Amino acid sequence: MKEYDKLIFELSRPGRKGYELPADRFEIDGLDAIPSELLRRNEPELPEVSELDVVRHYTNLSNKNFGVDTGFYPLGSCTMKYNPKINEELAAMPEFAALHPLQPAETAQGALELYYNLQKALASLAGLEEFTLNPYAGAHGELTGLMVMRQYHISRGDTKRTKVIVPDTAHGTNPASAMVSGLEVVEVKSKPNGSIDVEDLKPLLDDTVAGIMMTNPNTVGMFETEILEIADLVHNAGGLLYYDGANLNPMLGKVRPGDMGFDIMHINLHKTFSTPHGGGGPGSGPVGVAKHLVDLLPNPRVRKAEDGSFYVDTDDKSLGNVSTFFGNFGVMMKAYAYILSLGKEGIKNVGPMATLNANYIKESLKDVYKLPIEGVCKHEFVFDGLADKSTGVTTLNVAKRLLDFGFHAPTIYFPLLFHESMMIEPTETESKETLDEFIDAMRRVAKEAAEDPETVKAAPVTTKISHPDETGAAKNPVLSYRTLKSQQ
Amino acid sequence: MLEVIGVNSVDDLYSDVPSEVIFRGEYDIPEGMSELELRNWFKALGRKNRNLVVFGGQGAYDHYSPSVIAHLLGRSEFYTAYTPYQPEISQGTLQYIFEYQSIISELTGLEATNASMYDGATATAEAAFMMVASARKRNAVLVSATIAPRVLDVVKTYTKFHGIELRVIPEACGVTDLAAMREMLGAGDVAGVILPQPNKYGIIEDLSGVADDVHAVKALLTLNCDPSTLAVLRSPAEWGADIACGDGQSLGMPLQFGGPYLGFMSCGNAQLRKMPGRVVGATTDAKGNRCYVLTLQAREQHIRREKATSNICSNQSLMALYATIYVSLMGEKGLCEVNSLSANGAHYLCNKLVESGKFQLAFDKPFLKEFTLRTDLDIDALNRKLADNGIMGGVNLGDGLVAFAVTEKRTKEEIDRLVNLMLED
Amino acid sequence: MAIVKDDRKYAESHEWAKVDGDVATIGISDFAQHALGDVVYVDLPEVGDEVEAGEDFGAVESVKAASDLISPVSGEIVEVNEALEDAPEMVNADPYNNWIIKVKMSDPGELDSLLDAAAYDQLTKED
Repeated sequence: MKEYDKLIFELSRPGRKGYELPADRFEIDGLDAIPSELLRRNEPELPEVSELDVVRHYTNLSNKNFGVDTGFYPLGSCTMKYNPKINEELAAMPEFAALHPLQPAETAQGALELYYNLQKALASLAGLEEFTLNPYAGAHGELTGLMVMRQYHISRGDTKRTKVIVPDTAHGTNPASAMVSGLEVVEVKSKPNGSIDVEDLKPLLDDTVAGIMMTNPNTVGMFETEILEIADLVHNAGGLLYYDGANLNPMLGKVRPGDMGFDIMHINLHKTFSTPHGGGGPGSGPVGVAKHLVDLLPNPRVRKAEDGSFYVDTDDKSLGNVSTFFGNFGVMMKAYAYILSLGKEGIKNVGPMATLNANYIKESLKDVYKLPIEGVCKHEFVFDGLADKSTGVTTLNVAKRLLDFGFHAPTIYFPLLFHESMMIEPTETESKETLDEFIDAMRRVAKEAAEDPETVKAAPVTTKISHPDETGAAKNPVLSYRTLKSQQ
Repeated sequence: MLEVIGVNSVDDLYSDVPSEVIFRGEYDIPEGMSELELRNWFKALGRKNRNLVVFGGQGAYDHYSPSVIAHLLGRSEFYTAYTPYQPEISQGTLQYIFEYQSIISELTGLEATNASMYDGATATAEAAFMMVASARKRNAVLVSATIAPRVLDVVKTYTKFHGIELRVIPEACGVTDLAAMREMLGAGDVAGVILPQPNKYGIIEDLSGVADDVHAVKALLTLNCDPSTLAVLRSPAEWGADIACGDGQSLGMPLQFGGPYLGFMSCGNAQLRKMPGRVVGATTDAKGNRCYVLTLQAREQHIRREKATSNICSNQSLMALYATIYVSLMGEKGLCEVNSLSANGAHYLCNKLVESGKFQLAFDKPFLKEFTLRTDLDIDALNRKLADNGIMGGVNLGDGLVAFAVTEKRTKEEIDRLVNLMLED
Repeated sequence: MAIVKDDRKYAESHEWAKVDGDVATIGISDFAQHALGDVVYVDLPEVGDEVEAGEDFGAVESVKAASDLISPVSGEIVEVNEALEDAPEMVNADPYNNWIIKVKMSDPGELDSLLDAAAYDQLTKED
């Protein structure tokens, strides 16, 4: 069967349409009242297609995708856990989906209650005082959290604190968020095992430091055992601790960032709280803070009145607004449904089971893949490529070969600590049988690499496309159908 | 599994954690629920909301969402996928983003569009960053006082922390004071200008000559617009803008109490390398088949770290699919009809209220689906009364101004009922 | 093996400078173009811009990497190699002939702090 390869524009036929609108009964021409110089001259070239054309087209496109529902997705640092279906249905309930964000609070009490209760639940799970749910994504949460950090020092008149310490192993988003929030990045070195080098940290902690950004477990999936000492050092130097929630999953139900000394954190609801990644979004990046920072959170705020009703408020001390309305409300509904499903006891299993699964894979494969950091990991771990480097088979080759075997690839070439990084995170929602199948596939790739390396290097061979020309794409950017057509 | 790992219990997997930080208390969340209980719980919560007939806008418009969209978005191959980092098994996502970029570029008239951003306000703030990055040494951005207040608030926050000098151009008679703008352009440090179209009052501003004035001082022009209206209103490219951005919600997205929506951003090829966010490009694979990949990634935060223009590392991907399917169903003709029906309803409502003598048009300027009236009546009291009758009235802008939005969903009967409720004593 | 030419001086950040009177021609080394891979874009400054030694004046991008271009000398940019706009791959093909900018130096003494070919060759072998 020939692969479906049409663009929606290529299905277009003049006059075809996929909609029907009610007849006009107003007997007035609203557009006629607009002067012609304000109107469009060149018509946009948009598809003209039938409803069935649209349905078939996007159904065909969906078949070219791999999701968590398709198969195992061990993508390190992305926490690709199962997305419960009931949550999708609940978020689409018209009682919520049809609410205008500016309709009177009296008519949106259910939505405001959900926002408030989710905020409270996250605070309890994180060991912090209060959350804002307004940030739209993890990076947006980072930015908001760093704005809280800066606002805290500015509000105290301590304006020289303009630096933030970031581990050299951190994801690029951390330094980028710091830059956007107006902070200067100072890198702290990591030890060979990926942990922060406390001796390197000490001399950095002067009175220009606003705080430190960390994940715990860190970028290689190991718990930062010196966290309490680090927290004391940073606090004594007048700085704040920011917890990047990217790696929260193994801590959920077991360890709370607030109890480790963190003052500010963000959570990725699309990782830890099971909301779908949506092919890149929408996510949600709530930001939580300790008590002394509550007033600084962004507006608008959702608050509970003494009579038990909920209202929308703004705070003068707030850092300002970071979103048009209340953030990705639909995503919040799914996250709260997840919390309610698990409940106060069920949620305690999340972190431990994620950790169990990761360690099981690690121990089952470390004889054929190079494990640079020994010991118990948390929710994820890093291999430095195949143990046998003589075959010339790289991490990229292994990743692509896994696609042939029906698995998504791990995160590759991150962290930068190792040349052939391969980061694996199974999450708690996978069964032992799935993990065993993955382990078998990984071993099969290792065996192939030893016996027939060219097969592995040629992968993938079963996917719909293979070896796309990325250099050509970057050199001659074709970003729209119009450009594509002009070059044909 | 424990045996393979070589530990005795799951607790041993946390032996490296200082015991004083292991949580042994009780979480302040309810007991777990079965699916049935969960459904009932949400139903009960939903009853505390009231679905109103919406006449409010201000960034969230009650346009109709064709049934097809929800069905297609419900395909879990789309919504359970991650960012398309493995192009071989992500062609579905990559292709719809390419189609999305193509559609937004058609609407804005500008060559390059990114894969989407969080919302219209943050996209506008990022446009400010982009203009400053393009200008290298100039660090001031002008923004019109007529831009939606919620957008302005976010732009203020972002620029304040980022160290950009933001100056607000005053308004005159409901539109940007262009004489004031020209004067402000003379400051010598202006990297760019942000103007709304339509503005916070719903007015379509006449921006003739503005782009020339802005470009004369080597600054860039960003227009914050409503993409739905671009089927009929002069496009950002036709106004001479360098960057177009705004909120994609008006492309049929559910109101959903404020999100998820999407922010869109387009620019001319000259600004492409400074544009934040993910971008998809067409290319070919080893067999010569057309395919799509994430491209121009060297601009992005995961490579540039603190030297990136932005920290964004995701997009509102599924909402970009939403917009793509919506526009595909509607086509150019359908979008024009949506605008025409909305404008007809809006003018009908406006005339009725103005005829009563209790309301006056705040500014005598052209509008499409949203318009602002002035009144001596108590707007909040009126809105409470309307809410009691199942209607969301216009948004109170303060100073006796109230902004109504009418979409193609509003029937003549609904509008008549609104008018009667507002005018009865 | 990366080629190092001994008719010019090098910065530790892998740019070279070749001097003709008070004008320095600047490009990137063979080592640098190897490390980057296929160059897909060169972000060029404008003629007339002032540069300072140790500060960036542009960038080179490959598919998966970006590297700032650091000026080895201070002065005014008198020429940029506009051919790179359309054919950035020239940097890979011949990094020593396909220069990036020419700078009229304000302080030729800065050249003394650059590495000679032997020292630069040594540096790249240590990396």
